[in-house]
Amino acid sequence: MVDFSLWDIFRNLLLAARWTVGLSLIAFIGGGLVGLGLLLARLAKLPGAQHGVATYVQVFQGTPLLMQLFLTYFGLALVGINVSAWVAAGVALTLYTSAFLTEIWRGCVSAVPKGQWEASESLALGFSETMRHVIGPQALRIAIPPTVGFLVQVIKGTALASVIGFIELTKAGTMITNATFRPFTVYACVALMYFMLCWPVSAYSRKLERSFRRGH
Amino acid sequence: MIQLDFIAVLEQWPALLRGAGFTLGLSAAAAVVGVSVGVACGWARALGPAWLQRVVGVYVELIRNTPFIVQLFFIYFGLPSLGLKLSPELASIIAMVVNLGAYAAEIARAGIEGTPRGQFEAARSLALTEWQVITRVVLPPALARVWPAMVSQIVIVMLGSAVCGQISAQELSYAANLIQSRNFRAFEAYIIATAIYLLLAIGVRQFLNWAGPRWIFGRVAQSGR
Repeated sequence: MVDFSLWDIFRNLLLAARWTVGLSLIAFIGGGLVGLGLLLARLAKLPGAQHGVATYVQVFQGTPLLMQLFLTYFGLALVGINVSAWVAAGVALTLYTSAFLTEIWRGCVSAVPKGQWEASESLALGFSETMRHVIGPQALRIAIPPTVGFLVQVIKGTALASVIGFIELTKAGTMITNATFRPFTVYACVALMYFMLCWPVSAYSRKLERSFRRGH
Repeated sequence: MIQLDFIAVLEQWPALLRGAGFTLGLSAAAAVVGVSVGVACGWARALGPAWLQRVVGVYVELIRNTPFIVQLFFIYFGLPSLGLKLSPELASIIAMVVNLGAYAAEIARAGIEGTPRGQFEAARSLALTEWQVITRVVLPPALARVWPAMVSQIVIVMLGSAVCGQISAQELSYAANLIQSRNFRAFEAYIIATAIYLLLAIGVRQFLNWAGPRWIFGRVAQSGR
């Protein structure tokens, strides 16, 4: 049997952490784009968007992420798309993230005073001009702290991708445990690594929030 | 053409029902203990001595910045090497309590810190004991203020308990997995389990919104803040 030193465990976990970071970025960026689309559909009052997006958000916020992962994994296979764990995890986490971000951002847009909408309308600005020059910049300022805060949820959410066989930090931890029989040390290292990824983001989000509050 | 066969899954309704009951049981136990732990920690963090505030702060940050599944695996797989062997159910409840406790601590702290100073002073000037000040004067309105956030967090932990099937705690997602291993209807089994989770989430939220003012911070909330 190969002997794993503490450094070997740490080194291998560190390599696996790349995939956690990669998957988080995919989910965060993809989810942001989809979430923005849903938000704009809602704000532009497209027919059915109000109801549709609200249901979408409720379904994703009211069901376990693990189930969403399973459904994507088996659902894509069912329609005949050959899915790797990468694709399934990426799609599921993107949808999950989009539901939360679109709801967070909706709150931020509605925090912009109503008079701003009316003023834009009285200046005969169209929807896209209003969004780009008036509402967007103001909502963006409000949106940054909670959006950064949600990134922590996304990073933690990627841990569930291990269950459908995506090899990231948690899955690597399980594999190393099976090789070393040292679950205590390995999972402590895994937890530590997640902490090192998430804590700076949480702290940064809190700092942004504080400075935002001071500014108001 | 895709053939979906929900009947094959629904025929196994006793397993689904047992799983849903199990999920509710785990969540109820975790909610009661976890919110209690959270309130105690929130109190310590808002008003405790400096060293205690720091200890609780470390606990809260550690838990909030690591995934639940890792916490669960650490407790279930890691602790036995220290001689602490746990059943999957007990490990699940402990993990859920530890997790909920950290989030509830921050929520409770926000509620407690929102209490006006005058209320403490008034209560003490009436010669109430410290315990009475906590339980009769400060906590009821503090909990009433943050109850919606607390309810959301309890629902999040309940949904998170789907992961506990991974250590073979026999909750709802475990039941779905069992069913799909019998009839190979994976997609249908998980669709139905997901729908049940959605119903549970809606039901639990409504129940807690109803129960909070009645049983937990009742009389005070009605008489105003």
